[in-house]
Amino acid sequence: MSGKTTGYFLRRSLCPCNLLGPLHMRRISANASRPCSSSEPTKQGNSVKRSQFIPAAESKHDWVGPPHRLSNLRPIIYHIPENETELEKQLRTLRQETEDWNHAFWTNQNITFNKEKDAFVLSQLKEKGLTERDEKGRKRALNSEEMAVFYKHFLDENCIRHANYNKDWYRRNFTITLLMGRVAFHSVWRTLAERRGWKKGGPTT
Amino acid sequence: MVLKAELHSYMVFLLSRWVRALCSAMAVALYVDLLGQYANCSGSRVSGLVGVSVNQKLFGRNAIRNHKSARSLIQMSRRDPSQWIHHLNFLKRQYVMRSNNALYQRAKPKQTAILTVLEDHRDDGMDSQIRQVPTIDHVPMVTDVTPQPETTTTNMTATPVSSPVSTVAALAVLNPPSSKTVSPPQTKAVSSAAESSAAESGTEMLEVPHVQVESDEAREARLERQWKELKVDLAELPDVYAKLSKIKLTALVVWTAAAGFAMAPVPFDPATFFLASLGTGLASCTANSINQYFEVPFDSNMNRTKNRPLVRGQISPLHAVGFALVCGVPGITLLTLAVNPLTGALGALNIFLYTCCYTPLKRLSIINTWVGAVVGAIPPIMGWTAATGALDPGALLLGGFLYCWQFPHFNALSWNLREDYSRGGYRMMSVTHPGMCKRVALRHSLGLIGLSALGPVLDVTTWTFPLVSLPINLYISYLAFRFYQKGDRSSARKLFFCSLWHLPMLLLLALTCKKSRTDKEGVAKTSSLAPAPLPLSVQN
Repeated sequence: MSGKTTGYFLRRSLCPCNLLGPLHMRRISANASRPCSSSEPTKQGNSVKRSQFIPAAESKHDWVGPPHRLSNLRPIIYHIPENETELEKQLRTLRQETEDWNHAFWTNQNITFNKEKDAFVLSQLKEKGLTERDEKGRKRALNSEEMAVFYKHFLDENCIRHANYNKDWYRRNFTITLLMGRVAFHSVWRTLAERRGWKKGGPTT
Repeated sequence: MVLKAELHSYMVFLLSRWVRALCSAMAVALYVDLLGQYANCSGSRVSGLVGVSVNQKLFGRNAIRNHKSARSLIQMSRRDPSQWIHHLNFLKRQYVMRSNNALYQRAKPKQTAILTVLEDHRDDGMDSQIRQVPTIDHVPMVTDVTPQPETTTTNMTATPVSSPVSTVAALAVLNPPSSKTVSPPQTKAVSSAAESSAAESGTEMLEVPHVQVESDEAREARLERQWKELKVDLAELPDVYAKLSKIKLTALVVWTAAAGFAMAPVPFDPATFFLASLGTGLASCTANSINQYFEVPFDSNMNRTKNRPLVRGQISPLHAVGFALVCGVPGITLLTLAVNPLTGALGALNIFLYTCCYTPLKRLSIINTWVGAVVGAIPPIMGWTAATGALDPGALLLGGFLYCWQFPHFNALSWNLREDYSRGGYRMMSVTHPGMCKRVALRHSLGLIGLSALGPVLDVTTWTFPLVSLPINLYISYLAFRFYQKGDRSSARKLFFCSLWHLPMLLLLALTCKKSRTDKEGVAKTSSLAPAPLPLSVQN
């Protein structure tokens, strides 16, 4: 069994285009060349992700939605206050952009994983001489030991891509949190300054 | 005067015994509680113990979903205790997940892991009526308090699958063009995405003839209801903080530290004990919060962790970091100033190891498991140093127990989670080096036997400890050996479940076999008696 599966992966690495459709090949080459984000999946991600939901006009907070079906990430609709400062705008755009980038990565990851997994199962079943579905019409599945070969391969294949995503994610997370800290500090400062100004103005009137 | 001193020392002695007994009772209670949690996931297999009733309160919204199963379970448990054993076997069927460092959290609900369930059933030769799902459906289970729509699959007897299959069924519905007048852009976009993914997945398109289909509008409405305003709800905040700090795991960490404190061969000081436990607990809260802060997108994609507060948006990342600082700074300060600097340093080191080493390493290299084992070993060492102020061999022995125990525990657990780890990009031994995974688990199980033998050698326990702990150590080594030989899901599960009761039992036995101080002092007195009086007599 292990010989067959090693053979499967060897063949795939040598000529990936033979086994799978052109769509998948484009995705593989896209994955290889561009580890993280690109405009194309982001656009698609946006059109898929942006729900029809519109928060109430008088709401002063952000709104968080249910997890997206493909990326499992929750979309956030950011509230834009009337007197939004430059810093707040920067924070909001950074958060939105990070959200889109994350969504694109995970959508791609989940879809790719499932497709490669199905292709693997199919090829293994073929080598065993079994049909895809059994007599009752249910899909056949491999046992966990056979699948483990695929899981290992998937991790090894995407090692660098995952590491790059990690680095980017940590960097973005830190930047966003620092910005949030700055925004919070500025808003508190502003509130205190306004109150002090009001107090000063109060007794004179 | 002398009488007062004697009374005082006797009271302290009693208190120390009582604390030891309390630790044991807490351990049992926590353990039952955790086991009961496994029942609290929506599976058709009703299983669990008395702890379910406690967990109903704790789980809140989850409990609503599992209401029927939990209620029937409680009734059953009241009726006939002998049935608990029968149900315990069902526990083994459920996936159990690991929360980052060590121990046991709620089980992964079966219906959302349909593919792996299929594999499981194939292994066990059972029939499954669940269809394979082309895409992963992690539809929220608990954000909406309203009951799941009635359109869900009552015909599916294997598990009460609701949202995943209904979503999948919705995909099937989307194939014929929808002629509804209300067709918001999202439906179109979703349908195009669904169709593209459906087209790509080719022949796997749905045949779910017995499933009632949730209409587009109903699904839209349901999804719209799940949008929540992102503002801090003060009423929910304690629950949020409990989840953020992984309060049950923190409690177990505090318990191992308390056990370390109780094992130290010094007079029991209740004040120091309390402060050390509090400081350790705060440090653990900090570490867990920072860990969740780092792992938001990864947590969203794994079933076990997708209901964490940061993933659900109940608080902002800044809030989580603030909470971590509010816990960490006083915690470490307390340990450093009120207990001793060594314990404080160990606490700070543990936080650093967990957040800055273990968490990033999980996605980079398999060495994360070893780092995680060290993180788990440090709390009992902290307890010991809090009592004695020094890093004795006894402290390292207790740390060694925790370190060795981690491997059979985690390796067995991660064996059944290989798909999730692979998809999430986590580099674990079980996925990348399966042979090493099994070898290491076996090696460290055998190591536990050796470490138990060191107990009397290092004057930590009496000679009875290696004998009394031999049965459980042999048993876990036997299960580890079977896991090494067979390497399949059932042997992994058996080993994992054994490790759950093995550690509390081992520490309890160590506590009961602790070498009493009078023995040691007697020995010390006779050895130092000769030189001691001489200086006095010289002075006189």
